Amino acid sequence: MSRDSVLVSADWAEKNLGAAGVVFVEVDEDTSAYDTGHIPGAVKLDWRLDLQDPVRRDFVNREQFQTLLSSRGIGNDDIVVLYGGNNNWFAAYAYWYFKLYGHGDVRLLDGGRKKWELDNRTLTKEPASRPATNYTAQEQDLSLRAFRDDVVAAIGAQNLVDVRSPDEFAGRLLAPAHLPQEQAQRAGHVPTAINVPWSKAANEDGTFKSDDELREIYGAAGLDDSKDTIAYCRIGERSSHTWFVLRELLGHSNVKNYDGSWTEYGSLVGVPVALGDEPGQG
Amino acid sequence: MTDISGCGAPEQSAPLPASVNVEKETVISGVVRAGDQPVSGAYVRLLDASGEFTAEVVTSAAGQFRFFAAPGSWTLRALSRAGNGDATVDAGRGITEVALSVAA
Repeated sequence: MSRDSVLVSADWAEKNLGAAGVVFVEVDEDTSAYDTGHIPGAVKLDWRLDLQDPVRRDFVNREQFQTLLSSRGIGNDDIVVLYGGNNNWFAAYAYWYFKLYGHGDVRLLDGGRKKWELDNRTLTKEPASRPATNYTAQEQDLSLRAFRDDVVAAIGAQNLVDVRSPDEFAGRLLAPAHLPQEQAQRAGHVPTAINVPWSKAANEDGTFKSDDELREIYGAAGLDDSKDTIAYCRIGERSSHTWFVLRELLGHSNVKNYDGSWTEYGSLVGVPVALGDEPGQG
Repeated sequence: MTDISGCGAPEQSAPLPASVNVEKETVISGVVRAGDQPVSGAYVRLLDASGEFTAEVVTSAAGQFRFFAAPGSWTLRALSRAGNGDATVDAGRGITEVALSVAA
């Protein structure tokens, strides 16, 4: 896996605006950012409304995904370039999702919306619309997705990477600090998980660090690349960012994202939970 | 919309939701300014005492930002088209206001 096939620079993106066969997609949890200005030609995906099932806790199924992409004018052969706010968290989540449903060529815009804005590149309020397509999705590739039982089985046996902030890992906070903290679930982390906050992998402007820097960070944190890995966070989007780094940039072979993440695990009855800054015992 | 089910940063100018108990929460809020002008669209991140990233928000039209932290020592770091800047704060429970200046 090479960086060039999964990540595009802002310069590349600017040169390819409007190019045939390239679709820019802004992905956010709150799409009001798109409405106040987006990359020219980009269509929008709303993480909650478009990508999550409206009733039960799961994401849209294969048929819903096909319908969604068809309506947005995305074809199976298109190069899909995803970007968004929150340091590309939701764009990385959507990237994982496109892979899960077997899209051929999907890439992230390095630095996402933040770098684009800080660089003073063009944004438009003009909504983009593309002619509808007839998109065909594959069955979910479950080698990319971890469920709660996989996580419990991985305690003490596989790499568990908790990508939340140190305070969330230790149990001092229950959510990222831009959100209120009172929640139903217990605080802490999955025993034996190492804590490598997603932000270690990114520069201040939201771009990814170099492959050498990334290898150094996960190596020093004790990630054993001979073992399978499960990444998790609170709701699965920050861990998509780390999943992207480990599998797509560094080429680790068996890396799964646990999209249930702490909001599921921290509410389970009877599972082990570790508190404090250390991984803890399995 | 203030959103506690997701992870995205909520609208920064919204009033504190009624469900937020400021007796229990440690709220760090303020305005980013360049000179005496508020800076909208600045990226403000909250770093913990070890310098590790904890959260990031984008300032409102009036330059406002807000975090829900825990009592302790924090650093705020702003990036914007008008320049960058830092501030440190010792926050306890309740609302702590911080002035954050940026300059090119």
